[in-house]
Amino acid sequence: MSANTNALDPAATTATQEEISAEISSTHEDYRQQLLAGKKAETQPRVDFAPYRSSLLRHPTKNLHHADPETIELYSPAFGQRDVHALESDLTIQHNGEPIGERIVVSGRVLDGDGRPVAGQLVEIWQANAAGRYVHKRDQHPAPIDPNFTGVGRAITGANGEYSFTTIKPAPYPWKNHHNAWRPAHIHFSLFGTDFTQRMITQMYFPGDPLFALDPIYQSITDQDARDRLVATYDHSITSHEWATGYNWDIVLTGSNRTWMEEEEGEH
Amino acid sequence: MTNTPELKLTPTPGQTIGPFYGYALPFEKDNELVNHAHPNSVRLHGVVYDGNGEVIPDALLEIWQADEDGNVVSREGSLVRDGYTFTGWGRTAVNNVGGYNFTTVNPGATDQGKAPFIMLTVFARGLLNRLFTRIYLPEDAAALANDPLLASLSEAERQTLIATREADGSLRLDIRLQGEDETVFLSYPRES
Ligand SMILES: [Fe+2]
Repeated sequence: MSANTNALDPAATTATQEEISAEISSTHEDYRQQLLAGKKAETQPRVDFAPYRSSLLRHPTKNLHHADPETIELYSPAFGQRDVHALESDLTIQHNGEPIGERIVVSGRVLDGDGRPVAGQLVEIWQANAAGRYVHKRDQHPAPIDPNFTGVGRAITGANGEYSFTTIKPAPYPWKNHHNAWRPAHIHFSLFGTDFTQRMITQMYFPGDPLFALDPIYQSITDQDARDRLVATYDHSITSHEWATGYNWDIVLTGSNRTWMEEEEGEH
Repeated sequence: MTNTPELKLTPTPGQTIGPFYGYALPFEKDNELVNHAHPNSVRLHGVVYDGNGEVIPDALLEIWQADEDGNVVSREGSLVRDGYTFTGWGRTAVNNVGGYNFTTVNPGATDQGKAPFIMLTVFARGLLNRLFTRIYLPEDAAALANDPLLASLSEAERQTLIATREADGSLRLDIRLQGEDETVFLSYPRES
């Protein structure tokens, strides 16, 4: 029975996966030609990426305007133990019982573009549960909510930029971009650097997800090496005996501008 | 900025905030950089629009600014506000009609003669990477005229970054992600 296939998305576009995939391939082919012609590799998603239909009216059409960072832009807000309790990094202990699903530990480091650890900064995550359902009133996917899992965590990075979350492996979920559209399993990450210009929000994915090729959000990053940077690595040294499997994911922010501008000033 | 040093590592790509951040990122008093009762509190508000001029009901905004005296502060406590400590940073999810509100203070000039501005970051479903811009205070005409960023823009572009002071003292700036009056969004050195 396929009676339920459209129940989620009466307003969805009628585009098929084949049409969306063809649009993705065409943009990626153009990008490959650009690379062959000697253009620099892209490292970020395109904000103008039509296969992700919601982006059509929500991306700037003018180029970003270059700004030389000044004062406030060279600093970042401070967060610390006053803001975040140590237990907030364990998403499996927020309720009375154990959440359903595959317990995992995701850990890694937050670095800047110079390879320096981003210490004492805020990392926030949110995610669907093991059935692919968010605890959000607008998530209408008819999959069960887990009374023992909210899917929200926070941490403050350590001296070496390290973070670690204990959680449940999220499942893929359907969405309304096109007919029969499914997101690969992911965890949303929000990150701060040492300059506010390094602020970013992204998504971490799991290795080998069969939905990668089909997903216009993931594929809005045209470069394969760049896409790979969003995929965590299974790491048996993070896996713990009879408790949880482990994944490693390091995040690199853009370069700090304060550090080198101060160094330049020092030379005068 | 010609001798901006090369990055040693390639930055991780951003992705859209998606639709489901509402139970995760907002927190109590997230948009109150100061208490409403603060004698110099100012309302900063506006509406976020898409390329059709329709309001965007699922954007999240963050501001980061100096205090009234132009000092950049480094104080914990944004996520657990005590109502007294100015941390300089705030966050808000827009409402169902695209509107946002912050309660803050007018930032002071960080150096004498500099045009005071508030840094703004925009996240939204449908927006594949965050956008940065500046919200300038409208009062100091000489400082605005001398501002290097504003000087590099057309008059129409400049207007997208300068807030309006309303009769009640509040600051208003609408954000347009696309279209004729598209907000000027910024890039900074050392992004890749
Ligand atoms: Fe998601």
